[in-house]
Amino acid sequence: MSAIPLEVERTESEGAPAEVPSPEVPWVTVVHNDPVNLMSYVTYVFQTYFGYPKDKAKRLMLDVHHKGRAVVSSGSREEMERDVQAMHGYGLWATLQRDR
Amino acid sequence: MAARFEPLPDDAGEGRGGAALALDPAELSILRSLVVQLLELVGPAGGAAGATDGGADPLEALFAEGPTEPPSDPALARLFPDAYGGPGESSDEETRRWAAEFRRFTEPDLRTRKREDGLAVVRSLDAVAADGPVPGGGGVVRLDAEGCRRWLGTLNDLRLAVGARLGIEDDETSDRLISLPDGDPRKPMAMAYLWLGLLQESLLETLMT
Repeated sequence: MSAIPLEVERTESEGAPAEVPSPEVPWVTVVHNDPVNLMSYVTYVFQTYFGYPKDKAKRLMLDVHHKGRAVVSSGSREEMERDVQAMHGYGLWATLQRDR
Repeated sequence: MAARFEPLPDDAGEGRGGAALALDPAELSILRSLVVQLLELVGPAGGAAGATDGGADPLEALFAEGPTEPPSDPALARLFPDAYGGPGESSDEETRRWAAEFRRFTEPDLRTRKREDGLAVVRSLDAVAADGPVPGGGGVVRLDAEGCRRWLGTLNDLRLAVGARLGIEDDETSDRLISLPDGDPRKPMAMAYLWLGLLQESLLETLMT
């Protein structure tokens, strides 16, 4: 993770500084509902990959099922890309996005 | 078709977390044919056809980059979804660029893993067919923990692919499959889909206990 303060040279002619997302803003992994994956399988994946206790894994699975999506992890963008990649490996439909 | 996984005792030859599945000849042949079709769909390791121009240079394959666009086939698109820009999320240019970058670097690896899992399933089915009491007959698939993991992934990939072929888009279409009339052309595939679900569920049960 990059925590090195970068000095950006800015010339007078440049307008307002571009909005640079703060590294403090975490990213989240979102799992989306799909009608194929078994509820027991989704729970199994949350327990196995994230190491969540069964209650939490099941609650997240039910959120996915009923609300259409659930945030299953948060952290740096690199960490969330790793989680999304793992979810795709399991066949879950996952994306990452900035936490809002 | 009532095949289901049963847990193997820890002192069985497969070690902890093993499971066994008895298949009759018809089940074995259907399952093998489905997995082979999945392998054909997923394609060769290293990504989309033409990515390496058939070159056999392993170094070239190592550095080959994946595609930047999602697959046009709905089944493949479900197996290899975008990592950025889900439903209800922004789909601006930056999001699309990130999705393309992510796909370029991760899809070949994902294809390779899915392919290797599927090949392991075919090998275990062939081992049963070869070693069974009747040549070409059914038999019992015995899996160690790693084999169970590979089977679980492949059964799920299969259901995703068959589900996409059947056009399952919501829970209602999924429920309607159970009551398709006998003459419906989708009936055989729907039966296979439901059967795969029972198989996967029984494997999960052995893993969760």
